[in-house]
Amino acid sequence: MAETPLFKVTIDNITIEVPAGTTILNAARQIGGDVTPPAMCYYSKLKNSGGKCRTCLVEVAAGSTADPRPMPKLVASCRTNVMDGMIVKNITSERVQDARAGVVEFLLINHPLDCPVCDQAGECHLQDLSYEHGAEGTRFEFSKRIFKKHDLGPYIQLHMTRCILCYRCVFVADQLTNKRVHGVLDRGDHAEIATHIEKALDNDFIGNVIDVCPVGALTDKTFRFKNRVWFTKPVNASCNCSKCSGKVHLWMRGDEVLRVTARKDEWGEVEDWICNECRFERKDIKDWTIEGPVKVNRHSVISQGHYVGLKKPNETFSKVMNGRNPRLLMDIHSVSEVNKPGVNLAAIKGPAHSTDFDPPKKEISNE
Amino acid sequence: MGVKLLLDKAHIEGIRYYDTYRKNGGYTSVEKALKMSPEAIVEEVKKSGLRGRGGAGFPTGMKWSFIAKPEGVPRHLVCNADESEPGTFKDRYLMEFLPHLLIEGLIVSSYALGSNATYIYIRGEYAWIPDILEQAIAEAKANGWLGKNILNSGFDCEIYVQRGAGAYICGEETALIESLEGKRGNPRIKPPFPAVKGVWERPTVVNNVETLAAVVPIMNMGGEEYAKIGVGRSTGTKLISACGNINKPGVYEIDMTISVEEFIYSEEYCGGIANGKRLKACIPGGSSVPVLPANLLLKTAKGETRYMNYESLSDGGFATGSMMGSGGFIVYDEDQCIVKNTYTLARFYRHESCGQCSPCREGTGWMEKILKKIDTGKGSHSDIDLLWDIQRKIEGNTICPLGDAAAWPVAAAIRHFRDEFEWHVNNPEECLRRNYGLAHYADERAVIA
Ligand SMILES: Cc1cc2nc3c(=O)[nH]c(=O)nc-3n(C[C@H](O)[C@H](O)[C@H](O)COP(=O)(O)O)c2cc1C
Ligand code: SF4
Ligand code: SF4
Ligand code: FES
Repeated sequence: MAETPLFKVTIDNITIEVPAGTTILNAARQIGGDVTPPAMCYYSKLKNSGGKCRTCLVEVAAGSTADPRPMPKLVASCRTNVMDGMIVKNITSERVQDARAGVVEFLLINHPLDCPVCDQAGECHLQDLSYEHGAEGTRFEFSKRIFKKHDLGPYIQLHMTRCILCYRCVFVADQLTNKRVHGVLDRGDHAEIATHIEKALDNDFIGNVIDVCPVGALTDKTFRFKNRVWFTKPVNASCNCSKCSGKVHLWMRGDEVLRVTARKDEWGEVEDWICNECRFERKDIKDWTIEGPVKVNRHSVISQGHYVGLKKPNETFSKVMNGRNPRLLMDIHSVSEVNKPGVNLAAIKGPAHSTDFDPPKKEISNE
Repeated sequence: MGVKLLLDKAHIEGIRYYDTYRKNGGYTSVEKALKMSPEAIVEEVKKSGLRGRGGAGFPTGMKWSFIAKPEGVPRHLVCNADESEPGTFKDRYLMEFLPHLLIEGLIVSSYALGSNATYIYIRGEYAWIPDILEQAIAEAKANGWLGKNILNSGFDCEIYVQRGAGAYICGEETALIESLEGKRGNPRIKPPFPAVKGVWERPTVVNNVETLAAVVPIMNMGGEEYAKIGVGRSTGTKLISACGNINKPGVYEIDMTISVEEFIYSEEYCGGIANGKRLKACIPGGSSVPVLPANLLLKTAKGETRYMNYESLSDGGFATGSMMGSGGFIVYDEDQCIVKNTYTLARFYRHESCGQCSPCREGTGWMEKILKKIDTGKGSHSDIDLLWDIQRKIEGNTICPLGDAAAWPVAAAIRHFRDEFEWHVNNPEECLRRNYGLAHYADERAVIA
């Protein structure tokens, strides 16, 4: 077998050698840290995934040694292969930062921001993404798109309102089960994940859609509202399962198993798909052999509660507020840039509206 | 009268049917082509300088020469008849009145590309046209132009008509291919390009109806002769579907040497602005291309006459120019409101976005909402800047060009008609009552009676 040649690629001034056929994103993941673009739709274990969310856009400043021309458009790093001598800019590119901020904003305009009641909070990639790349206020002032909640069978609930249409759950059903019964209906911003006729997702491995979903759109009904993930303690456990590897994370509170998920790697990706029985039925500690605590990945609030690497935030509250003193902490207008902080919100009747921030209109004479 | 290569026989009664079409010189290009080698035909098309008529204007001969030819893998030609761009209706005219011209072009092109199974993907809304095409295919087959061993050349070819289900996005070539395969019409992420992996992972060429019809005159007269018509890299003739506030809307075949002014005002073409009004603005190449105010439409920024061809229409880039696009020529008179029209277009793109990528899915909806707000007199000045910022963040950051196509009209409207947006903000009541904008963009010329 011919050996795959190694390609040199420079990402944000760091050079690394990777086998030909590696994507820019995977090369950046080998470097790790801030250089790695965020990925909301790509999933290394799912064929054809990626390319959709556009959070991983990077600038290619030089295509290759052979053809050093820059690429005119930003490219999706998850779907673009490296070439020998390629020079990529991620955090060192202003264009990328600008486009990424745009993508984050787009992903959030119709998102319900219902983190306080969402089971995904604390392990949500959209939360992480907005924290790292989002703005502090919103410029969207229309009512958001809403969908009804759906039960997809006894175990899985779909909150379409939270979905970012990454298509991962569709690929899971395509690639792990023999017959997909859900998919994307309609198109554009009215597209939705659905079974068309209300149907249960019924397959031994369909529970994995919950693990791949980057947001709280697909959640585990057996864990619904039971606890916040950061109050639970993940441990590695295994069992002898006839259907899957039986290697899981148990999410415990005391001796109680609150939730079972697949094990995830540092990029939040499932290591081994697990079956529904392990996920939903084995909630007794006696079903499992505990192997030890989970080393929680870099961007999780879960690690803040329990284990190594405890970090204090480096900004204090007064620093964040930057001299402003809002009436209420909920008062997002006073920290947002679009709306002028000088406007006295207390003087406005009802919710503030963009016109309240315009220069005063000519008075209409009321004589 | 300009040269006519495609529509020259459109007026002949019964030209839709095989016998009449054949009697008037139809299918001679197939006879000629099958005696040549496929490579020689590709060469002829290259020489002709023909550029894709679907919107992007990519040189057709070059596209054909890119098709991969792996051993033992079938190749396919797909005719893009999805024509859904607002303002564009030239392919419909061709298929409806000259179906055999398209079939003839398809046979020659299939031979050149080695496609034994060729598809016409037609938009679902053209409900009556598949019957016309299927009848033409049946007639061609009955007369030995399709099927096995055509004219004893050893070349087999079948043409199949596939209807779409009414989605603009299925005109994008990779979405079209997905849809043709029976899947959801989402554009694919490129690479791989269709020339390498298209329909069923086989090398595929997708071409517009008009492009493939133009292969017939190219074969008949030779590539070099074809290239002599027109100017510069705009060779041959182009179909323009003209609509809006003009006296004679319709499909016109032009050679690309006439000026925009002549096209709008001459009796041969649009016949001037309707109802004695003045010209205000025009979208010269289908709804996706930038709108131009009258002054920049008739003359370039340098003050030169603007012509109806690829180079001249795009002279000045997007700052002061536009694009030939698909040839959908939409004319606005002085009473038309740019804000309202931009809102209408934004609604279209929002509705037609496939929803795969976040900037297009969310951005198109957001732009529509803001435009509606401004149009109904509820907008504010910051909305205009916000709109600009949103389109900027969509453009270039999406999977397929629909994102750009949604961003460009908004960008051009703000670029050239910003004061009209501001007028809407400043005159909320009047803009609801009157709902048209500022007339001072109108061409100053006296009305042609
Ligand atoms: C959103 C979108 C819609 C399109 N619709 C059409 C169409 O209806 N008809 C067409 O011929 N090309 C359409 N195109 C262009 C095609 O992708 C493709 O470039 C064209 O069919 C190539 O043919 P040509 O080289 O003969 O122009 C569309 C492109 C986009 C991005
Ligand atoms: S439900 Fe979750 S996994 Fe499925 S498309 Fe939406 S965000 Fe992605
Ligand atoms: S740009 Fe729009 S239409 Fe094109 S793939 Fe993205 S979402 Fe779909
Ligand atoms: S991760 Fe690359 S586009 Fe979504």
